[in-house]
Amino acid sequence: MTNSPKTKALTGAQAVAQAMRQINPDVVSVFPITPQTAIMMQFSQFHADGLVETELVRVESEHSAMSCCVGASAAGARAMTATASAGLALMWEILGVASGLRLPIIMPVVNRALSAPINIHGDHSDAMGARDQGWIQIFCENGQEAYENTMLAVKLAEHKDVMLPVMVCQDGFITSHGVQNVNLFEDKVVKKFVGDYEPKKWLLNTDDPVTYGPLQLQDYYFETQKQRADAMLASKKIYLEIGKELSKITGSNYPLFEEYKLKDAEAVIVVMSSTAGNTKVVIDKMRAEGKKVGLLKPKLFRPFPYTEIAKALANKKYVAVLDRSENYGANAPLFGEIKNALFDSVVCGDKDVCVPKLKSYIFGLGGRNIFESDIEDVFDVLLSDNFDNKVGYIGLRGEEK
Amino acid sequence: MNYKELVNKPQKFAPGHRSCAGCGFPPIVRTVLASTDDPIVAACATGCLEVTSTIYPFTSWGIPFIHNAFENSAATISGVEAAYNALKRKGRIPKNKKIKFVAFGGDGGTYDIGLQSLSGALERGHDFTYILYDNEAYMNTGIQRSSSTPFGASTTTAPAGKVHQGKEEWKKDIMQIVTAHHIPYVAQASVHNPIDLSMKAEKALNTPGPAFLVVLQPCTLGWRYHPSMTIDMAKMAVESNFWPLYEVENGKYKLNYKPSKAIPIVDYLKPQGRFKHLFKPENKHLLDEMQKKVNERWDELVKKCE
Amino acid sequence: MTKLKTYKEIPIGGMIEKAGSSAEFKTGDWKAFRPIWNKEKCIHCMICPVLCPEDCIPVIKGKDPKRKETDFDYCKGCGICEKVCPVKCIKMVTEGSEECKEKGGDKCD
Repeated sequence: MTNSPKTKALTGAQAVAQAMRQINPDVVSVFPITPQTAIMMQFSQFHADGLVETELVRVESEHSAMSCCVGASAAGARAMTATASAGLALMWEILGVASGLRLPIIMPVVNRALSAPINIHGDHSDAMGARDQGWIQIFCENGQEAYENTMLAVKLAEHKDVMLPVMVCQDGFITSHGVQNVNLFEDKVVKKFVGDYEPKKWLLNTDDPVTYGPLQLQDYYFETQKQRADAMLASKKIYLEIGKELSKITGSNYPLFEEYKLKDAEAVIVVMSSTAGNTKVVIDKMRAEGKKVGLLKPKLFRPFPYTEIAKALANKKYVAVLDRSENYGANAPLFGEIKNALFDSVVCGDKDVCVPKLKSYIFGLGGRNIFESDIEDVFDVLLSDNFDNKVGYIGLRGEEK
Repeated sequence: MNYKELVNKPQKFAPGHRSCAGCGFPPIVRTVLASTDDPIVAACATGCLEVTSTIYPFTSWGIPFIHNAFENSAATISGVEAAYNALKRKGRIPKNKKIKFVAFGGDGGTYDIGLQSLSGALERGHDFTYILYDNEAYMNTGIQRSSSTPFGASTTTAPAGKVHQGKEEWKKDIMQIVTAHHIPYVAQASVHNPIDLSMKAEKALNTPGPAFLVVLQPCTLGWRYHPSMTIDMAKMAVESNFWPLYEVENGKYKLNYKPSKAIPIVDYLKPQGRFKHLFKPENKHLLDEMQKKVNERWDELVKKCE
Repeated sequence: MTKLKTYKEIPIGGMIEKAGSSAEFKTGDWKAFRPIWNKEKCIHCMICPVLCPEDCIPVIKGKDPKRKETDFDYCKGCGICEKVCPVKCIKMVTEGSEECKEKGGDKCD
């Protein structure tokens, strides 16, 4: 049964704010940072107009925003905040606390470049810098996905076998400030879907006093980390289950990654977030020309679906991975994961997987535009079968094509 | 509360914690927790208190407790208090259930790295009490200088040597900083006087909105005196006017104790190893400067309390 | 020593579910000095139980509370009780010394 949605012209930021209004979290900590602020301004207006019952805590930094969420979540509340770039970097220490204490905090992240030099535009360096802090990370192509994934994230985070915080990432400005048609589902449907947060142990249950965040030394720290790692792995399956449930409302699918004309593709681009949208347009155009091109768009970056991606890329001839962040002195983050995925499959003797020829590209740092012609060029390079394994830079001056 | 009333209160901070013999903070924690019969939820900054009281799988805390990080116990308790308001509104917590919220922090976690978090929470007006146990250095990491370390004290990052004589700056006045937030209740207390401390803790806990309490907590290891002397050291700090007992209630200053005749600052400094170098003849001027500063600050305070 | 648990047996996130469980950890063997309490001289003013860092001076609660013998399972031998006693009814002695054995009886190691 698909509920009839209301279509509205919204920015990605507004779409997430709408999801937050419908979720009606108990506690939301608020701190401005471009381009995330658009979410919190909209949500604050909902609060001012009495559309949510949320306790808004206007903190004095992102460090306190996350610290406040940790306190609220441990206290038994459903807690959210949102951030970007330097804000996420400032939170870094407490990101690990949130996941270490197994608190299901939800955080929309509007991806933006990191300093220095300071730059306010979209790239993925912020989320990539925080990728190993034990947070589930979902990357969204557009406002609709950001809206739906915010709901999904709540149920995923709070699932008893997960109990981990979730980042819902969208591209700064491109998505967050671009107006798109977004289908909003009925409030009561969303509310029913997300349900109530009912933790087993919570600080405000003073009849059952517990200690959160003790000192664990050589004898127990290791065990606690193994639990967290296991929960991360388990969350992959639960994400799919909850996605199926959400499908009944939205009619959309929530796979680990999206495949676009991938089945018979010879040349594949792997790219996340808004650029995947542009890539689809290019694919349609090139397909019309008879070129076998396709897309693999990872949605879940943490936990990373290695096996499933390896299977999906099996027997492709060429794969280019486009990263919207640098990884100074190492493989770019997404490229590194794809390479890992394929290597694992081969080493494990998975006969269905034959390793494609890979190429890593960096693009769009600091909001640098990527054009459809750039994407087409990448496909052409792949199809030419004439490329080396050096990192390619798209749209960088001084770099030969 | 007097001593007899204090011992009649239920135990909320169990023994078996691993603070040093003669540590000053357990009596502070116990006295504060005994100062209300309402349930309490506590947050605590990283530091000696947190580290020694929650060594897994054991906890000394008989109440709900959370340690988040070093610099954010005020922001953490903000979230807990916000959750309380939200869940009460939703009916998950009964409307008539009162809970008190307390954040603990040492001087490093309060004067220094946690100052911003504290200031934010005070300004936002959360209903909580902040307890600063002030032992005047980063004791947990091995006696490093903080902005609370007094002038002249030798610490491991500002040690006394051939050229430098320990800390060369004056102790930050946290009371003034907090008072400038115009919160309803701000007070300074000392571990040697649990009756004064519990009176203040009771006021702080029962004050709607933010309240702040800084308690002097001599540290046997960091100040280098015999463990049995903790209470005596705190007493001398007060008797020398180095650590006046006072409170600021709704902006009104009140001196809680006035020594009939203040003891010289040297009497307070002498038993402490951290000031030993000041007693070399060539450093006499530093002792003189300290006495002068103590007198000045005391006079300023007395004027405010008039 | 209790048997260490596996990662499958402990609560998630390092949570400690048993409040006040540190009482299971005995700190009494830290002490180099032992307080010898003179019961007869004691006026039960309750100063030492309040200021004892270990909370190891047990008290019979009531309108007129009475202290009992120090709980040596926790006493770290700091000597604060001796210092704060207004009637000097506590004396610190070296653990294991002749004086300790004489005044502390067989509890003195």
